[in-house]
Amino acid sequence: MDRLRDPAWAGRVFWTGAALVLLWPLGVATEFRPWQLFMPDTLKVTSRFLGSFFPPALSAEFLALVARGAWRTVAIATAGVTLALLIAVPATLLSARVLSISALSGRMARGPFWLRQAVRWMLIVLRSIPELVWALVFVRVVGLGPTAGVLAIALTYGGMLGKVYGEILDSGETHATETLLRNGAGRLQTLAYALLPQNAAELTSYTVYRWECAIRSSVVLGFVGAGGLGQELDSSMKMFNGSEVATMLFVFFGLVAAADGISGWLRRRLG
Amino acid sequence: MRAFGVGLALLVLASFASLDLQWAQFFSIDALRSMGRFMAEFFPPDLSPAFVQKVALGTLETLAMSLLGTALAAVAGLLLALPTRGRAPMRLLMNALRSIPELVWATLLLISAGLGPFAGTLALAFHTTGVLGRLFAETIENAPPGPAFALRAQGVGGTQVFFYATLPQVLPQLMSYALYRWENNIRAAAVMGVVGAGGLGQLLYFHMGLFHMGKTATVLAAMLLLVAAVDAASYGARRWLTR
Repeated sequence: MDRLRDPAWAGRVFWTGAALVLLWPLGVATEFRPWQLFMPDTLKVTSRFLGSFFPPALSAEFLALVARGAWRTVAIATAGVTLALLIAVPATLLSARVLSISALSGRMARGPFWLRQAVRWMLIVLRSIPELVWALVFVRVVGLGPTAGVLAIALTYGGMLGKVYGEILDSGETHATETLLRNGAGRLQTLAYALLPQNAAELTSYTVYRWECAIRSSVVLGFVGAGGLGQELDSSMKMFNGSEVATMLFVFFGLVAAADGISGWLRRRLG
Repeated sequence: MRAFGVGLALLVLASFASLDLQWAQFFSIDALRSMGRFMAEFFPPDLSPAFVQKVALGTLETLAMSLLGTALAAVAGLLLALPTRGRAPMRLLMNALRSIPELVWATLLLISAGLGPFAGTLALAFHTTGVLGRLFAETIENAPPGPAFALRAQGVGGTQVFFYATLPQVLPQLMSYALYRWENNIRAAAVMGVVGAGGLGQLLYFHMGLFHMGKTATVLAAMLLLVAAVDAASYGARRWLTR
């Protein structure tokens, strides 16, 4: 079988070994003990919990509760993304390089340059703090309820959308924008007649994709008391009510699949 | 497209109308003042050696969770992406893994894995397996078939064709997807502790719950630094891979 000898075996063995040596301390740090999952005690608890998934809870009362929770989840995501646009759109207008008039003649003037940097830094701060942390902060200030969730999504997603909108606008062909600006068009006119027609499809498509992500986020925010499906899931988990958990997981699959489908369909149509 | 616009407007209006949003309360002088007080209490951050050491340990734990979770997911995702026959059930499994967020996985896994970073690592691995599996499957499908075909025509078996023709072609792309998910996972790992699954989030949730704002500020700062460092490392590694 000489023909099949691996010419690179030494390298492969070395890199596999090196990877294992590197992974070992990680396993120690994360208390990674998979065999624990298969201890008799753990197996008993796990199988009892999984067993209680069947049959899923399907009483009319509970289904109504879940439906209300699911709607609230979608509503929090939608309201959050809408408010995020209020942050992202002005920030994009302030930070996009293509809309700079002084940059037309070489280097951007110092004032506008630092203004753009400041806006970018603000967007970085907004999106670097996870939405869950924002939600924890707002729950302290406005109390439990959807307001905290909406604000958390608005701030984090405002930061993400603002950054990506700016990148989309800046990465396109600048011919049309430059021509308009050089001929004395205002920045807003340039935006409306050159940048938007060029980039509308991409901007919409990214926004819809983020809305889909926001639905997933808003479920998670329920766990810290922002309402919706996540909060119901959390309380059922705490009571080890497997059948309720099963129903909600199914509803959640459906919700994510529906959002996935709608957003995929829209993005295909936009090209 | 007009129907879409009307539908969108209705969705937005219905969302705002049906949520009992407390703007009045949020923008009241009272709330603004308490917000201000809240923010002011972040300063000064607690930098006593004992606490900084605790935060450093939490940071390392978070980093280890994200690394191990991503590594496990890359291996499992590759295994799920491989089968060319019977792809439908695999796709269903990957979609199921992917549509449950990390944090929800963590709460489900806490029952079997117990409180601590192990549950968080597994949760990251489960969700990321779904994401990476799908991306890996697409990449492998789209790899140029020439080299694989050449080996197959020589009578080489399926496994060897994969290891000597397909994998070397797609490896840089797969690695770069894994790195990109690592950036996501460090963010997820940082908040995993909110449900008790280890890492910096646990410290954050504990101290914020007790209104130890100075300590909260230190933990938040550590989180931001960690995320920035991982982003920079991953960016550098991806640049190097696609050189």
